[in-house]
Amino acid sequence: MSRLIDVENLTLQFDTDEGRITAVDDVSFSLEAGEVMGLVGESGSGKSVTAKSMMKLNPRNAVYGPETKITLHLEDGPVDVMSLQNDAEMKIVRGGSISLIFQEPMASFAPAISIGDQMVEQLMIHTDFSKPQSKELSIEMLDRVGISDPSARFGQYAFELSGGMRQRAMIAMALSTKPKLLIADEPTTALDVTIQAQVIDLMKDLVTEFGMGIIFITHDLGVIAQTADKVAVMYLGKLVEQGSVRDVIRRPAHPYTRGLLAALPTLEDIDAPLTPIPGDIPSPLERPSGCVYHTRCQEVVGARCSAEAPKFLQVDTNHAAACHIHDASGGAA
Amino acid sequence: MSQPTLISAQGLSVHYALRGGLIGPKPYVGAVENVDIEIASGSFFGLVGESGSGKTTLGRAMLRAAPISKGDVHFDDGEVSYSLKGLRKQDLKDYRKRAQLIFQDPYAALSPRMTVRDIIAEPLEVMGLTSSRAETDERVREIAAKCRLNVEHLRRFPHAFSGGQRQRISIARALVSGPKFIVADESVAALDVSIQADVLNLLKAIQEDMGLTFLFISHDLSVVAHVCDHVAVMYLGRIVETAPTRALFSNPRHPYTTALLSAIPSLDPDDRGKVQKLEGEIPSPTNPPPGCTFQTRCPYAIDLCRIQEPSLENAGTEHRVACHRWQEIGDQAT
Ligand SMILES: Nc1ncnc2c1ncn2[C@@H]1O[C@H](COP(=O)(O)OP(=O)(O)O)[C@@H](O)[C@H]1O
Ligand SMILES: Nc1ncnc2c1ncn2[C@@H]1O[C@H](COP(=O)(O)OP(=O)(O)O)[C@@H](O)[C@H]1O
Ligand code: SF4
Ligand code: SF4
Ligand SMILES: [Mg+2]
Ligand SMILES: [Mg+2]
Repeated sequence: MSRLIDVENLTLQFDTDEGRITAVDDVSFSLEAGEVMGLVGESGSGKSVTAKSMMKLNPRNAVYGPETKITLHLEDGPVDVMSLQNDAEMKIVRGGSISLIFQEPMASFAPAISIGDQMVEQLMIHTDFSKPQSKELSIEMLDRVGISDPSARFGQYAFELSGGMRQRAMIAMALSTKPKLLIADEPTTALDVTIQAQVIDLMKDLVTEFGMGIIFITHDLGVIAQTADKVAVMYLGKLVEQGSVRDVIRRPAHPYTRGLLAALPTLEDIDAPLTPIPGDIPSPLERPSGCVYHTRCQEVVGARCSAEAPKFLQVDTNHAAACHIHDASGGAA
Repeated sequence: MSQPTLISAQGLSVHYALRGGLIGPKPYVGAVENVDIEIASGSFFGLVGESGSGKTTLGRAMLRAAPISKGDVHFDDGEVSYSLKGLRKQDLKDYRKRAQLIFQDPYAALSPRMTVRDIIAEPLEVMGLTSSRAETDERVREIAAKCRLNVEHLRRFPHAFSGGQRQRISIARALVSGPKFIVADESVAALDVSIQADVLNLLKAIQEDMGLTFLFISHDLSVVAHVCDHVAVMYLGRIVETAPTRALFSNPRHPYTTALLSAIPSLDPDDRGKVQKLEGEIPSPTNPPPGCTFQTRCPYAIDLCRIQEPSLENAGTEHRVACHRWQEIGDQAT
């Protein structure tokens, strides 16, 4: 495997009417080619904002921290994403080497342009294909994602397709430029489980075939268990745990991950009580001091939790968590 | 079953007329088709199925909020007893008090300028159930407390609340008129798991505390497995299987139920690829397939399935299934 992307100390704040809020706080991770990383956490934890940072796609009120470094390793050498300034430079990351799939594909397709025309347009911007070549490839991709009668669908509009078909078309469009990195932001959340299973299957096949890296964002741990190689868990902009999918699900090292799993209804044990995580997610305007999770944590180890931010510590090979429980040094408090 | 039936549907159909069709029969959407269902008093009854299967419409018909085209719904809470189809105006008013819907999101459904207190109080005022403001306030406070909303919350506007709190506001509003029957339509669908668990626990506690009967509509079978005592599975407007929860999940009889269960992603990373995938999508209810409506996607379909629609048969204690081949398929699987 070869390194695809390195994210180091990603910090991102937004200027809002109510003040400056921290959406992502000192997040680091990396991804190899062909690897699938699941990014989980409750809504507002900073998953989407983190993903968009890979392409510097956040809106103008976004302020990146000075330490933030994102390196995309392409064939022609590493690209320092944060240093990209204008649209022309941005083409390196937005020009097909990274593709995005969203929860609601309706938002990704222009309503008045046919699906095929949009695919062709995208290919012509980002590749050297001619128009006929682009059309041929687009139809081939629609076929590849399981859309029946692709030549006919090519001329249809997004609203004419069912939710599942639209998501397939979105995947076809995202993959037609043969991206190195695919970011899938809740791609199956709006779908029925039956259709979700079809889309997940399709994505697995395509990863194997195309060998790209995937960042798979979801709040559904079952989906993660079925798709990801490794998992990163976020809470209030912080990366709280990271590890292989087996370690994180079977031996969660962070109280928040344990809380998520205890709250989750599963078919394996339908009599198990559902234990909620107490309290609500704090507003990003009122980020708790010390460990951001201390206002809801049920395993608080002392005054230290509200005073000092825990370090991200290795708990096992390739398994790390940010919690004082794992810090034998005892800290300052 | 020891508990009496609170609400039941007999041959209930809800049809929505479509435009066109000047010649020949008028085209329509068969959102609910010939549904028989019985909900016992005190039950937490789950209704599942893919989107478009008719869950919302069935729930609304049982609240007399969707037109009853054929069949009827019967309600009997020991105090009153009536059939919903021919309900007189006075009785309908009374029914509104006894049967309530929990909105998915009060913020989306109601005026953003209403305070939480006003949102919860509105049904009381509209139905004229209280005689003074003081009485209304008293009732609102009492219900709000049950839903863990305090006096401070009541003064605020719903946009200031998190998803979980908004859902508690919706629940309080549905409960304020003192109903016996509650339809909860995707009440936890938009919530994060940790909040979802909290709202589910609250619903169960309230149900037990107040002796309510719930029709709990959800597309999430794991949630239904945890909170419901009975479950009905819908497909294209029909009930294809209904059973006590444990029987349905441990011994599903209808191929559609089996497929739905198998599509739920397992939490076990070593369980990958074991899903028995259901191909295709739910057909349009405007033009349902002949015979068994599931035949276009069913791996067990035979010629008979394309000609004759199966009816619900007994497959165990309170367990009913609509499939020509349930017995054979069950024998194959075991
Ligand atoms: N354009 C923006 N302006 C201000 N705040 C934003 C903006 N986009 C996201 N946020 C805030 O950043 C935080 C993280 O958001 P997001 O990444 O969308 O969370 P997630 O995808 O995990 O649900 C949230 O508090 C959200 O409100
Ligand atoms: N008011 C209406 N007019 C026409 N068709 C409707 C109406 N309400 C629902 N339908 C149709 O009835 C079918 C069942 O819908 P619904 O009850 O919302 O299903 P579910 O809640 O299971 O997703 C769908 O095909 C839907 O489009
Ligand atoms: S550092 Fe303390 S508050 Fe934070 S997760 Fe660990 S035990 Fe809980
Ligand atoms: S009746 Fe036939 S088509 Fe319908 S579910 Fe049974 S086997 Fe399948
Ligand atoms: Mg998001
Ligand atoms: Mg519905």
